[in-house]
Formats: sequence, structure tokens, C-alpha cells
Amino acid sequence: MPILSLDPRVNRLQAEEVPADQAPVLVPGDHWPSYQVFHQRRRGEKHSSVGIVHAPSLEIAMAMAKEQFARRGETSNLWVVCTADVLEMDYADEDVFRTTPAKSYRDPAGYKVNDKIEAYKAQQTTP
Amino acid sequence: MMAFSIPTSPLPRYLLQLADDQLVMGHRNSEWTGLGPILEEDIAFSSIAQDQVGHSLAFYEILHQTYGLDNPDQTAFNRPENGMLSSWLVEQTIGDYAFSLVRHWCYDQAVALRYESLAQIQDPNLQALAMKLRGEVKYHTFHAQTWMKSLLQGSEESRLRMLSALKEVWPMALGMFEAWPGETDLMQELGSQGHPWYPGEKNLQDLWETRALESLASWGVEVEALGLQRMEPVLGGRQGYHSEHLAPLLEEMTAVFRLDPQAEW
Repeated sequence: MPILSLDPRVNRLQAEEVPADQAPVLVPGDHWPSYQVFHQRRRGEKHSSVGIVHAPSLEIAMAMAKEQFARRGETSNLWVVCTADVLEMDYADEDVFRTTPAKSYRDPAGYKVNDKIEAYKAQQTTP
Repeated sequence: MMAFSIPTSPLPRYLLQLADDQLVMGHRNSEWTGLGPILEEDIAFSSIAQDQVGHSLAFYEILHQTYGLDNPDQTAFNRPENGMLSSWLVEQTIGDYAFSLVRHWCYDQAVALRYESLAQIQDPNLQALAMKLRGEVKYHTFHAQTWMKSLLQGSEESRLRMLSALKEVWPMALGMFEAWPGETDLMQELGSQGHPWYPGEKNLQDLWETRALESLASWGVEVEALGLQRMEPVLGGRQGYHSEHLAPLLEEMTAVFRLDPQAEW
């Protein structure tokens, strides 16, 4: 069954029972695109992804982001990015990362050099 | 209802006008809570309303501490209608979203100008307050502009509804700049830069109108054809004369307060 809308209220109407030729026609503007919101707490810190807003334009997305994600606590800056502009990896390709956690040699903790250091220290202290 | 005498000195009277505008505007904007056209706008209007009531409180506090007016609760909620110095613009019912949005845009552009000038005042407390509140108003004007632009450049229906709201709001918006007793005295007062900080209502109106008409033109509004420049202001608010909409608003706003006017909140 096709997903008619991302809005659960629309889906709850069980509109899928409407014959296809009587289904309402979506016009641009009925469903606003989503924008990713990035929030920066203080200058110099990184912008972190905090969620999305649905808006008809970038500017309105910014106005909404201010209200939704900067209403409480500290904020120094916001970014909004149209979700469609984000290049996303396909989850089907998730397997390219599968073996990464096993590659302990890429992690400084993976190098077992303590034994050698201890041996070296012991060697230095014995005349 | 306690008898209320409007301050006779220019500065406290001016601050009272500012505070009353913010209180009434905040109350009206809060009426969008739960009714906004979309959830985010509902939240935005509610949050702007909270800011505005907060601004009125800050000024009532100074009027109480420095100029001998009763405490903020009494000043806000225990005054007869003719003691309220708010403009007709802010007391009008919310109407449709186009009306509320155009009013919000007209109103907050004017507040921005008033705070800009107040930030030049000699009094360090008022100066600091104006600087602090200015940031919130910057967001209010950004919010208003963004939607004005979007709806004026949106569909044919949205454009027509915005233009009709503009014609309805404009005369009352001009009324925000009504002359008031003591105005010319306040214009003499020197600010922190050594020159007068308050330009007077006529100058504020000119500046407001120039900026507003420029913005409208940049959004494709044919200002000349709309006839805005030939409209007469709706006056009376700054003298305590109001439209039929203020009394019911005060009635509702003070309902809880009147249950026990001396209660400690």
C-alpha cells in the first residue's frame, strides 16, 4: 500500500479506500519539504544536527528553526539545509562499515606496546 | 477599579504608552495559541506574545520603581479603559491570519524604531533595557518580514488577502504615531550622545513609513495603486479613547486578577 502522506492525521483518514480516480491531487505547497536544522550553542563550537522542520522556503525554515530549536537554553547560531540537498548514503551500503570496529590497529589503544615500555624501563634501572 | 491618573511628566507617560501597547498586543497575539494556521506559527505567535507581555512588565517595573506608579500588576490590570494609552491598532481583534500578520509586521517595525531611539537615552537602566529587548524585536521583525514576503509573493489568493489586510491595518498603524501631550518636551531631552534621543512621533512615523513602503515595493506591491499614502490615521488611543474592542479585552484580561485584586502572586 502506498504511503499517502508523512502526516499520520492524513493516513488516519484511511484515504487509501478512496478510488484512485477520486483521490485528491497534491499541488506544490500542500506538502512542504523538510529542512535539517543545525544548532550551535556557543561561537567556535560545532553546529550539531538537532532535527527537522517542514517549511515552504529556506527563510521560513530558519524562522521555524529559531522557534523549535532555539527557544530554550543557549544559542549562538543556526543553520538550515534543505534535506533534498543532503547527499545521503544508502543503508544498503551499510556493509562497507561492518568490519571497521574490528580494525583495532587503527585505534591507538590497539597497539600493545606497554610490555615493551615496561621491559625498557626495567632494563634502564638495572646497572 | 481604582482611580488612575496618567503621569504628567513626558518620560513616564511615553514609557506607559510603550508598555500599554506591548501588553495589549501581547494579549491579542496570545489569542492565536491553539489556532495558528500551522503548528509552528501557533508557537511563534505564542512566543512573541510572551515576549511582548514581558516587555510591558519590564517598563511597568521601571514606572513603579522610578516614577511612583503602582506595582506592575495593579498598573496592568486595575485601570479604567480611559487610563490605557495603547493605540487602536493593538486592541483590534485578531481577525484572520493575514490581518494579524500585517499588524504584527507594522507594529514590530515601529517598536524596533522606538527601541533604537530609547537605546540612546541618558538613563543607564532604560538604555540597558532597550539594548536587551532590541534583540527579541529583531526576531519579531524577521519573523514578520519573512511571512509578509512569502505570502505577498505566494499565490494570487495569498497576495490578495495580504493586500486587503494591508488596507485595513494601515490607518490604524499610522495611529501608533499619534501626537501626545509632553511630546515636544521629551524631544528636548539630551541622550547619552549629547543630542536628543527621542525624535518625536512625526519623525518616527516618517521613518517607519519610508521603510515599510520600501519593503512593500521590494515585495512587488504597487504601493501607489493601493493608496496607502493617502490614508488618514485612526487616532484616540494615546489620549485614552478607544474602539469597542478594548473594553471586552480588558474584561477578559483582568478576569482572574479581579477575583482578588490584593492577592500576592
